[in-house]
Amino acid sequence: MTLNSKSDYSNIVSQAVNKKYRKRMFVNKFVTIGTIICVIAAIIPLASILIEVVRNGISAISFEFLTQPQGSIGSGSGGIAPAIQGTIIVVGLAAAIATPVGVLTGIYLSEFAKEGIFPNTVRFFNDVLTGLPSIVIGIVGYVTIVLTTGSFSVMAGALSLSIIMMPIVVRVTEETLKVVPYSLREAGHSLGLSKAKITLFIVLPAAKDGILTGIVIAISRIAGETAPLIMTILGTSLFFTGITGPVDALPLRIWRLASQPYESAHAFGWGSALILILMILALSMGLRLLIQRKSYKPVT
Amino acid sequence: MGSKHKQYLSTLFTARKKRHDKLFAGLAVGAAVYTLLMVALVGFSVTKGSVDIFSKEGINFLTKSDWNAVEGRESYGALPYIIGTLLSAGIAMAIGVPISLAIAIFISEIAPPKIGTVLSFISELLAAVPSIIYGLWALFVFRFWTRDLIEKPLYDAFHGYLPFFAKTPFGLDIFTAGIVLAIMIIPIISSICREVMRVVPYSQREAAYSLGATRWETVRTAVFPYVKSGIIGASMLGLGRAIGETILVTMVIGNVIGPGAIPTSLFSQGQTLASLVANEFNEASSDLQLSALIALGAILLVITMAVNIVARLLVKKKVKIKSGAISQ
Repeated sequence: MTLNSKSDYSNIVSQAVNKKYRKRMFVNKFVTIGTIICVIAAIIPLASILIEVVRNGISAISFEFLTQPQGSIGSGSGGIAPAIQGTIIVVGLAAAIATPVGVLTGIYLSEFAKEGIFPNTVRFFNDVLTGLPSIVIGIVGYVTIVLTTGSFSVMAGALSLSIIMMPIVVRVTEETLKVVPYSLREAGHSLGLSKAKITLFIVLPAAKDGILTGIVIAISRIAGETAPLIMTILGTSLFFTGITGPVDALPLRIWRLASQPYESAHAFGWGSALILILMILALSMGLRLLIQRKSYKPVT
Repeated sequence: MGSKHKQYLSTLFTARKKRHDKLFAGLAVGAAVYTLLMVALVGFSVTKGSVDIFSKEGINFLTKSDWNAVEGRESYGALPYIIGTLLSAGIAMAIGVPISLAIAIFISEIAPPKIGTVLSFISELLAAVPSIIYGLWALFVFRFWTRDLIEKPLYDAFHGYLPFFAKTPFGLDIFTAGIVLAIMIIPIISSICREVMRVVPYSQREAAYSLGATRWETVRTAVFPYVKSGIIGASMLGLGRAIGETILVTMVIGNVIGPGAIPTSLFSQGQTLASLVANEFNEASSDLQLSALIALGAILLVITMAVNIVARLLVKKKVKIKSGAISQ
């Protein structure tokens, strides 16, 4: 083919450009559709989980289910009250240990020592702690408390859960305190307040919402932990007897129920799962209400 | 008021102020020390618990594959579970990372902000669901989906020629465990990727668009180069979760022990380090077996620590690059 006229030439160029353009547009569309498919593929499991938990769980829940200990295995009678009670006790204790320590460590990292070998070491190991599998942390409760006292106990479970919760609280506290405007602290200093007062009565209230949110996220996280509880609180079908004895917890109960070969146990498992999700949901709803009602906006 | 009185007051207040500060600083340092102490406690517990088995089996514990708890013939090896852990986490990564990346691209680059917010909310919701509930769902619902929709067709099509599809699918196997792990880590990886992509300066994208790039070309040429190490870091954080996840894997992986736990196909029943600990811990018949189980935890600790440290370094490096780009 000879290129005689100018129009021939530009024709070929435009055809080539068009072809390339069409290909580029095709690739672009292909990728866009691909990402949408991925999003849908990721939403399907979530929808299915929520639907199944609600659908199967709701039929299991009754007054007896919420207030009675488990009946004989396979009978489908009784309830999961000890597990609800145990979860509240163990998680409550763990939070009671981890919250003050975590918040104080966060304060230390943000208000007292930002740079230096020691704070950086604390930060590093705090991150390491965040990434450790919960079952490894269960070993801590087992070796230090169960082995020395000779009994599976609430204490051991609370210790393990507190180690899982603490680094999350430290992280959130440090990050939240960091964004509190420095002028607030200066105002405190100019009034001649002690650093303790500035931190406790000016900086902390300004960062309250963020820290509370972090604590609630951390509590929801430990409320759903199963693995460390296997090695620490064991799980019984009885109510709480004391912090040196074993106790039950919802995630543990779900696991045991799911491994039994009875339909009635599976139904109980779904019921317990629904209760667990509702408890976590109630916690974050409660927090949201609290924050909305008394929100404190720092003036910058 | 005499000046003496004034002086007295001021020293009183300074003294009180100093005392408060000292007390408070002491508490804060104490809390920081407590954090380190807990780390030491983890190290101490795991070492103390696993010392028995390592002194009996030595380094062979890592390469042996029997798991025999019968008294007098006790012999333990961790190899099958190390393989099972790496394989299931590998499947989770192979499925989870591309999907997470696609979701992150969709939310941060393609979707209108409103849809993006809704999707972010959903992924937060998904991240708050406890793994036991994923496990319950996987055991009673999802297992049949994988068996009938993925494993059976793959088996029918390939079982003659490809050895890794050669096992009658059952639904409770390494493959299912890998997929459910992927579902669990997708919200984690995609939310970090999204955050990393968000900090790429908008001028980069504008430059690409002004040269006539399509949306995908913009992402590929203007966004990716900035976020590469951030994406790798995010994936490795997800990998750390997948390796350490216990209860969910225990419920779907099939739980075999001994040499039979070395997978011969993707559809083999398997066992991971974490799932074996969860399964046998309360039924362990001897101290040596307990020690062997804790030693599995020790191996898990070392693997996840390494993965997490590398991941955090990568994410941090990313953040430095990004702040450099903004200041320029």
